[in-house]
Amino acid sequence: MHRRTLAELAAGLRKKEFSSVELTRHYLERIERGQPALNAFVTITREQALAAAEAADRELAAGRGGPLTGVPIVHKDIFCTQGVLTTCASRMLSNFVSPYDATVVAKLKAAGTVMLGKANMDEFAMGSSNETSWYGPVRNPWNPELVPGGSSGGSAAAVAARLAPAATATDTGGSIRQPAALCGVTGIKPTYGRVSRYGMIAFASSLDQGGVITVSAEDAALVLGAMAGFDPQDSTSVDTPVPDYTATLNDSVEGLKIGLLKEFFDKGLDPENEQRVREALAVYERLGARLQEVSLPNLPLSVPTYYVVAPAECSSNLARYDGVRFGYRCENPRDLMDLYKRTRGEGFGAEVKRRIMTGTYVLSAGYYDAYYLKAQKVRQLIARDFERAFQEVDVLIGPTTPTPAFALGAKTSDPITMYLNDIYTIGANLAGLPAISIPCGFVRGLPVGLQIVGRHFAEAKILNVAHVYQRETDWHLRVPPGWA
Amino acid sequence: MSLTREQIESIAHLARLELNVTEIPVYQESLSRILDFVGELERADTSGIEPMSHPLPGLSQRLRPDVVTEEDRRELYQANAPRVEAGLYIVPKVIE
Repeated sequence: MHRRTLAELAAGLRKKEFSSVELTRHYLERIERGQPALNAFVTITREQALAAAEAADRELAAGRGGPLTGVPIVHKDIFCTQGVLTTCASRMLSNFVSPYDATVVAKLKAAGTVMLGKANMDEFAMGSSNETSWYGPVRNPWNPELVPGGSSGGSAAAVAARLAPAATATDTGGSIRQPAALCGVTGIKPTYGRVSRYGMIAFASSLDQGGVITVSAEDAALVLGAMAGFDPQDSTSVDTPVPDYTATLNDSVEGLKIGLLKEFFDKGLDPENEQRVREALAVYERLGARLQEVSLPNLPLSVPTYYVVAPAECSSNLARYDGVRFGYRCENPRDLMDLYKRTRGEGFGAEVKRRIMTGTYVLSAGYYDAYYLKAQKVRQLIARDFERAFQEVDVLIGPTTPTPAFALGAKTSDPITMYLNDIYTIGANLAGLPAISIPCGFVRGLPVGLQIVGRHFAEAKILNVAHVYQRETDWHLRVPPGWA
Repeated sequence: MSLTREQIESIAHLARLELNVTEIPVYQESLSRILDFVGELERADTSGIEPMSHPLPGLSQRLRPDVVTEEDRRELYQANAPRVEAGLYIVPKVIE
């Protein structure tokens, strides 16, 4: 069953080829077998999953339910789940049982999906290798010595190893697309404001956006349709109708204008990775799309811009963890200052502390203008570069990452090297644009990703562009050896 | 740029983070390198450019009517608190 896509599983459930309970049991068994090797989960919610599957089967038997009724999914452990441990992979929240559901969780529950568990991730979504988790690193199903990418490493590894047909994820600087690329799966980050951030634990609020990791673009269209939409609980949620993303998947790409970002094909790109991307572009040309080089001159400044804006917002957002109302508290505090400092010193991991301190510095008196204000101005320049490019082309296509997956521990000693992993993905976050990564082949036996960036709210377009490629190729259906 | 030990201690204090002696030199080194790295932004000509205030052009923060929407769920919320007595969050004595 697990070799099928989510769309095929949903169809199988409606045709009564199998029940949701059977499907859920099948995935739970795979998760329990896979967990020691991959560590993709923080929590497995076996009992709740079976109860939800039974309820879904009753709906299906009565001829009710929607397209996702009875479909098992996983939630990244950054999404609050009522009555279920919600840790954000941090010691700080290692005892936090959420009193409410995130809007994304509530919507997918209402759509009839069955939660299998909570996916491991980088602590507070800060990382590109899933090595900063308090619960230990996640391993890449294609090679357990390699990282799965991050921060949504558990979500990507779970879908790649077919431990779940879909997993929710979040993307602040590439945290959906980069692990999707490194694990050989499909991952979409929608437009900023498209998916509610309510109950999605905040890292950098002007960049954070929820999305989903799946096997195919068609699956992503189905799940995103159920996740997206206006939410009065999120003050930056945008009140724009959600189209049926599945309706336009098969639209022709003849005459589509594809922009190749000059800055994406730079010296940092692995030549073999570039080769796979060029081969994918040839597929689009064959289908009648037109390729055109475009330049975004300010794009090379996106990583430094991000590493001012994101830590600044992180230092504000993470000020709430004070050891008073919820979460971790240090032992025997001497006074209130000691309680704050030791709770936070012990409760946060090294990378989270590094970002809080970077943010504190760039926001502090005397430095605010030089760093934070300057970065927000450069961010404006980058956003305008994208705007100009989209006057000429319909989508931008390039690599998702400079290289395939790297070894565990290879980049942990140097934060800058780690940060540069997101060099091709950060731009879309800074400009609030939707982007998707899809598998486009292999380099030295490892999957690589093709990134498609669209205009604001053009999720339907990038899903369409991704889907027509997946009709011509089967890279997205390849399963890592040992997980078939 | 090279941050001193004192600067790291001051940043950590502002951020309410207790650092141990082995952590300080590590952050001294990495924060200095990060600041050098982001210092690249100085090169960009941003004269006359407004800082970005919202990721979507033309949109600003939506406000909701100033009415009570939350119900009292104190007990549920306090179930997650490290220490509660008689419905109150307990912290070390603040005023002597």
